[in-house]
Amino acid sequence: MSLGKTEVKYISRLTQIDVREEAVEGVAEKLSNILELFAQMEAADTKDVLPMAHPLDAVQRLRVDVVTEVDQHEKLQAIAPAVAEAHYLVPQVIE
Amino acid sequence: MMHNLTIKQMSEKLRAGEFTSVQLTQHYLDRIDQYDAELNAYITVTPELAISMAEEADRRIAAGEAELLTGIPVAHKDIFCTDGVKTSCASKMLDNFIAPYDANVVSLLKKVGMPILGKTNMDEFAMGSSSESSYYGPTKNPWDHKAVPGGSSGGAAAVIAAGLAPMATGTDTGGSIRQPAAFCGITGIKPTYGAVSRFGIIAYASSFDQAGPMTRSAEDSAWMLNAMAGFDERDSTSLERETPDYTAELDRSLKGLKVGVPAEYFGEGLDPEVSNIVKAAIDEVKKLGAEVVEVHLPNKALAVPSYYVLAPAEASSNLSRFDGVRFGYRCEQPKDLEDLYKRSRSEGFGEEVKRRIMVGAYALSAGYYDAYYLKAQKLRRMVRDDFIKAFESCDVIMGPVAPTTAFNIGEKSDDQVSMYLSDLYTIPVNLAGLPALSVPAGFAQERPVGLHIVGPYFSEAKLLNIGHQFQQVTDWHTKMPAQYQ
Repeated sequence: MSLGKTEVKYISRLTQIDVREEAVEGVAEKLSNILELFAQMEAADTKDVLPMAHPLDAVQRLRVDVVTEVDQHEKLQAIAPAVAEAHYLVPQVIE
Repeated sequence: MMHNLTIKQMSEKLRAGEFTSVQLTQHYLDRIDQYDAELNAYITVTPELAISMAEEADRRIAAGEAELLTGIPVAHKDIFCTDGVKTSCASKMLDNFIAPYDANVVSLLKKVGMPILGKTNMDEFAMGSSSESSYYGPTKNPWDHKAVPGGSSGGAAAVIAAGLAPMATGTDTGGSIRQPAAFCGITGIKPTYGAVSRFGIIAYASSFDQAGPMTRSAEDSAWMLNAMAGFDERDSTSLERETPDYTAELDRSLKGLKVGVPAEYFGEGLDPEVSNIVKAAIDEVKKLGAEVVEVHLPNKALAVPSYYVLAPAEASSNLSRFDGVRFGYRCEQPKDLEDLYKRSRSEGFGEEVKRRIMVGAYALSAGYYDAYYLKAQKLRRMVRDDFIKAFESCDVIMGPVAPTTAFNIGEKSDDQVSMYLSDLYTIPVNLAGLPALSVPAGFAQERPVGLHIVGPYFSEAKLLNIGHQFQQVTDWHTKMPAQYQ
């Protein structure tokens, strides 16, 4: 299966990754090559096979529903690009 | 020379006072100074941290409170969060990221008293098989500077091969410990999925990611795995079982061991010289008393496409956290929130990472989920079941780690699919979550070749036993490139 410009733009929107207009064709070609590899899966008969999410068929462990995190906002926000009064700053969303 | 000693010898000499941890650590720091500008195996070197940790280790040794690994330096792959140290995952996205906490593996090895020499180079976000996609430039293979060291733990493999660290941590999502170990002529083990905590390892594909040791010998790896493995409640897929002593079986005889050799492993695409070396290594194991039986892994060819659907799908979700808001790279002067997200991610991620996020998101998107993601999960079970069936008639499976020796820098960087296909022997093991070891087995075209030993779940001690016994009758693991001796 090969991808066109529309699909690349759709994926760009899904992933929030910008693809410059002049690069769309190249990206489409590279992604299409990978999808060709995926097409090899079609030949396998998987009718009665259950999908496998964990190699040991284990389920994720649950923990007791209690607060375990301690307040470390100063340490964690020290590495943030923009912070004010313990809030992360982003461009204005609501006028 | 100190860097030619085994870990056990280093430990004995430290305790006997023949040298101190500070001297040993300084020896490696001097070698890094001397050689790493050319090799580019470290992203960050941490001399002050290393020496202060070595001083503390020396105090513990003097007080008689040392464990076997106390005072022996280690290099961490730059995917392990290290408190107060830049942890970049070889990405521009995290070039300014100083980790605010330690990964579980880092804190375990700190507790033992292993001085941290620095953080090793790798493929960006561990997505690659050559360490060429690093934001900090490619690492060179110490055996031949024209060649890649493999990947993604290429920096870790190179520092061991060149004697720029005695031990290194690595992670293996699709072969990222074993393939660079093979390409650089060192030993590396990927443990059973869940045996080593993933806490604090920057996530690529969470249902595959597994950390393990990279060292000169199987014996060294066994000691290091003892310190790395164990249940951790902060990793939701960490296995709740008692951690065995991985050194316990090292000296056991291989008499009666049943080695399965899959015919499918020696087919088309395998370099004939690599094939001969691997077969000769299996013959060596036979001489130690093992019996070789033929086994089959009929769905092996489906593993690569299945993995390249599942791992990027998980990556597309895991890497959504890099949005330019809480940490990492933020673009200049975003005009609105969407522009902030899009430009931060587009400018912060490299090409291969973007490609995998995009292909993964596509595989998960409406209308394609069943055809790609679900189908790949079904194939994952088929590949796993093949191994389980094969282990009914053998104890371990042996074969090549990679179809060729290390390729040249730049040779495959424009052809992703060809790079992906070079992981055909390692990926099935990750799909199944099994443990597997790579040990040096010889040289083809003057570049190292690895022997791949795959075992059933929790058979790490057995794999290390086989590796160790093999290394008692061979000396490939002791060889070093002439210029680094």
